[in-house]
Amino acid sequence: MVDKKQALLLEDFDIEIVSRDLNFYYGDNQALFGISVGMPAKQVTALIGPSGCGKSTFLRTLNRMNDIIPGARVEGQVLISGKDIYQHGTDVVKLRRKVGMVFQKSNPFPKSIFENVAYGPRIHGTRDRQQLAAIVEKSLVRAGLWEEVKDRLNDNALGLSGGQQQRLCIARALAVDPQILLMDEPASALDPKSTARVEDLIGELRELYTIVIVTHNMQQAARVSDFTAFFYEGALVEFNATKLIFTNPKEKQTEDYITGRFG
Amino acid sequence: MSGSFSENLIYGLLRAITYAIVLLVGYILFDIVIKGLPVLNWEFVSGYPHQSGASGGILPAIAGTFYLVLGTISVALPLGVGSAIYLSEYAFQGKFTTIIRMAIITLAGVPSIVYGLFGLGLFVLFFRFGASILSGSLTLACMVLPTIIVASEEALRAVPKGYREASLALGATKWETIRTNVLPYSLSGMITGSILGVGRAAGETAPILLTVAAFFLPKLPNSIFDQVMALPYHLYILATQHPDAEKVRPMQYGTALVLLLLVLGLSLGAIFIRAHYRKKYKW
Repeated sequence: MVDKKQALLLEDFDIEIVSRDLNFYYGDNQALFGISVGMPAKQVTALIGPSGCGKSTFLRTLNRMNDIIPGARVEGQVLISGKDIYQHGTDVVKLRRKVGMVFQKSNPFPKSIFENVAYGPRIHGTRDRQQLAAIVEKSLVRAGLWEEVKDRLNDNALGLSGGQQQRLCIARALAVDPQILLMDEPASALDPKSTARVEDLIGELRELYTIVIVTHNMQQAARVSDFTAFFYEGALVEFNATKLIFTNPKEKQTEDYITGRFG
Repeated sequence: MSGSFSENLIYGLLRAITYAIVLLVGYILFDIVIKGLPVLNWEFVSGYPHQSGASGGILPAIAGTFYLVLGTISVALPLGVGSAIYLSEYAFQGKFTTIIRMAIITLAGVPSIVYGLFGLGLFVLFFRFGASILSGSLTLACMVLPTIIVASEEALRAVPKGYREASLALGATKWETIRTNVLPYSLSGMITGSILGVGRAAGETAPILLTVAAFFLPKLPNSIFDQVMALPYHLYILATQHPDAEKVRPMQYGTALVLLLLVLGLSLGAIFIRAHYRKKYKW
């Protein structure tokens, strides 16, 4: 019965991100064990699980951010729009343009608000000042920050509040026009009000982008996501529609985790 | 009670040691300023020396040291910053890199006369640059390289990881990331460290003794292949080699004062640059 519901749900969507038998190693330590999952397009998928379960590691395999870690190694496939991103000859620059990322700790550059958002388009070749200004405005509007900063675009970004900084980072990621947005605990360092703001924002952005969000906050996963993947000790335990995961988990481990019996 | 006594004793002792050092430096500076100031005038800094430096000015020595500092910076800064970038951003952090770092630190401890002999062997004789500004600058550059590399690596490491990650995640290449989001923030530390290193080198006698410095050459150089006089060497000559050392004592103090002011100027420049960049990129 549950299986049928899940099948129905997933069938309604194009699957944009697929990982097949994905293993990941930090040197000799295996961090991910045979992850196979397909995440639907233009939906919010939450990755949940206790600390150290591999959810952030998995997220970072999707835009190859793990490449910069010395000794990191990947086996298996990650397909984005049908193309294996670990195939030899993949242009990582193009990939990361398509797959944007927002980090746990907001990390705006110590430059002006304008320069922060314009950074991505600039390195990808947009020189025209008016065009850049248009991109900056559009991105800031989408990130829900435009009204607050439109009169001080030339101020240093580090003068913004924590919540504003994180939304600026989202705007910066949107400015290169990605298809997919990866968010690594984007609200974990924010106060409740700013968190609510970011969560609302995710709700607005899901129309336009495929979003994968790592969160250790289960209420947040329940609030913002359409699908949820539960990770435990480097393995994917269960993947399903968020409603089903939270009301009718198939696996005992999932149930234990979401009911707070461990974590 | 006895605990508080020994506490006070140690405190007093440490304070006395610190004051003694300050006093010593202060005395040296005071002595040089008091005895050097009377000879310091426009003619002294803009004139040519006469009678083996017993009278006249020290312009050629000022110019020589100035050119050497300029030459040293223009050789050592790109090399040092370049290898610091390689070591901290690109190199695989393994045994080999550790050995390189240890070699660099060892290099910093090599006596300056050894650099002088090295420069004589490699630049003056082997490359046939002769005793020249070029040889001297290259020799001094070798000497300050370790300082610059260490300072630059520290400055690079001080840039938060988040900037690099954010830039890479936006699709910037590694070099774009370093150029736009690492170097600008570490530049102040690099330049400050480098200038302080070069300021130290400006006062060295041994490395230039065999590679560039002229005993008495009352003219300005025409090219980088010319020999020049230099302040520290001129001072050394006046103090120890001059037939009438007692008589030229005021000239010695004047030369020392000018050298001090030059190094002070460099340090002030470093502070100014640091303040400027700190204001521009603060985090």
